[in-house]
Amino acid sequence: MRTKAAAYPYIAWGMLFIAIPLGLIIYFSFTDSAGALTFDNIIRVGKYSNVVVKSVWLSAVSTVICLALGYPIAYYMSRASAMTSRTLLLLIMLPMWMNFLLRTYGWMSILENSGLINQFFGLLGLGPFHLINTQGAVVLGMVYNYIPFMILPLHSVMLKIGNDVIEAAQDLGASPRHVLTDVVIPLSLPGIKTGVILVFVPSVSTFVISQMLGGGGNQLIGDIIELQFLGNAYNPNLGSAISFVLMLIVLLLMSVTGFIGDDLEENLI
Amino acid sequence: MNDIIISLQNISAEYDGEKVIDNLNLDIRDHEFVTFLGPSGCGKTTTLRIIGGFVEPVEGDVFFDGERINGLPPFKRNVNTVFQRYALFPHLDVYNNIAFGLKLTKVPEKQIAAKVGAMLKLVNLEGYESRNINQLSGGQQQRVAIARALINEPRVLLLDEPLGALDLKLRKEMQLELKRIQQTLGITFIYVTHDQEEALTMSDRVLVMRNGKIQQNGTPEDIYNEPINAFVADFIGESNIVHGVMLEDYLVEFAGVKFACEDKGFAHLEAVDVVIRPEDFKMVGAEEGMINGKVESITFKGVHFEIIMEGHGLRWMIHSTESREVGENIGLNLTPNDIHVMKKLEEGR
Repeated sequence: MRTKAAAYPYIAWGMLFIAIPLGLIIYFSFTDSAGALTFDNIIRVGKYSNVVVKSVWLSAVSTVICLALGYPIAYYMSRASAMTSRTLLLLIMLPMWMNFLLRTYGWMSILENSGLINQFFGLLGLGPFHLINTQGAVVLGMVYNYIPFMILPLHSVMLKIGNDVIEAAQDLGASPRHVLTDVVIPLSLPGIKTGVILVFVPSVSTFVISQMLGGGGNQLIGDIIELQFLGNAYNPNLGSAISFVLMLIVLLLMSVTGFIGDDLEENLI
Repeated sequence: MNDIIISLQNISAEYDGEKVIDNLNLDIRDHEFVTFLGPSGCGKTTTLRIIGGFVEPVEGDVFFDGERINGLPPFKRNVNTVFQRYALFPHLDVYNNIAFGLKLTKVPEKQIAAKVGAMLKLVNLEGYESRNINQLSGGQQQRVAIARALINEPRVLLLDEPLGALDLKLRKEMQLELKRIQQTLGITFIYVTHDQEEALTMSDRVLVMRNGKIQQNGTPEDIYNEPINAFVADFIGESNIVHGVMLEDYLVEFAGVKFACEDKGFAHLEAVDVVIRPEDFKMVGAEEGMINGKVESITFKGVHFEIIMEGHGLRWMIHSTESREVGENIGLNLTPNDIHVMKKLEEGR
């Protein structure tokens, strides 16, 4: 009984800040500015389908890069000594404690045409290369900002893989490649799924990164949504509709690719 | 001498800069059941891991079938291991755990299925193919671990305290089972344990280890009846160990009494350890024994009574099927072959 009572504050919180806002978004999506029922907003979202595709594509690329970079780091950390593992963990978390805008501004001054990288190439008599305001810069920003959310769940799942299990695989004749494909990857699958969700979902709706590193030419769906609420295109009904459709797309993508399902709860633990 | 399958020569190993194996030499014959026995930290598991390829010795050579295998990674060695905590693959069912080793080779699936079936039969787990690992009891998990390690038909099976986590009854059952499996397959078993009874029950040969060195290497009977020093005597079964002085060949003095014994070759007046098994005392009436004293306590142990007698300023442990009263005066007699005289252990060795 007592455990049930302890959940009440969260249930109240959830109602107030999750269920009600979600309801409002759906309400705004299907009404016009006067409050009458309409499907216009939803239909108008179709105009932005190429932006949605681009957002999903760039986030998917970022997620794959985060996984490819984060997986070996997480694995190394889980096998390293406690001291090494702690130090690396701290180094990965440290940038997260700095302001998100500051971090992204930092990348601007590095990637600019007169930025650090091009200054360096200039010394070698090369360049300048066009780095800022490209899709590559947006992907870089996403990877840089969200990779900790890939590494942390992977690390915690990999810590649970006993050394003796890996030794058993070696003992039975598994080469290092087979230890990876037949034991380590299957056992770290829950961490992979969690990491993919934690990186993909914020990437797909980001707007600051695309504005700062992508320039005007690389607007993502997050930027369009922002414009409907804070920009001169003010139209909360359309903004809500885009958000709602984006949410459905993400849900659909995640469930068809198997990243959420019956075992979601298990994955997040 | 051609049937030696594993040979360790002048092996030393370190762990965190500390020496855990100290110049160890050892030959293991094909088809033998050999047990490394010793307290924790004696180097028995490290020795096993050197053979398995998980620990590289800092010095010395490891030979398998006459071939030097130093530096050969575990997956290329023709030995398999049963790990202490089973180390089963939690993401695979019983069938796929056992089949793991074969699936890495190019064996056809039909053949794998037949072999897994045979292995399950060998370890008495028929019908468990599709069970989940975490649905199995400790004893069943242990059987899966054994079947998994045997499926590659290793020449040598390494077992690292495989029964440590099981309860006493199951442990006894599995001891007999392991012995049966070893005899059925006729392969070499190298077994690590700190349980002396387990070692004596199953082994053809026991190596008693301490501080990275082999103390004694012999058959279970040898080790029990003729322990080479007080450490081995104390570790194998219960013993009375007292200080003594060797007066001359076949004559030793301890507890203030001179005893005839069967030992010789010690220096005149050399300080020695005298070991007497508690079941070797013969109880006689008060003041009629070579050692006399008063019964201090009696504990019923099932098959025998454990009687502690105080006499000649020492405590003596006696195992006997006869009981006595606490406070009763009794005497103890010994024949020369009940007395085992041993060189004093060097400290730290």
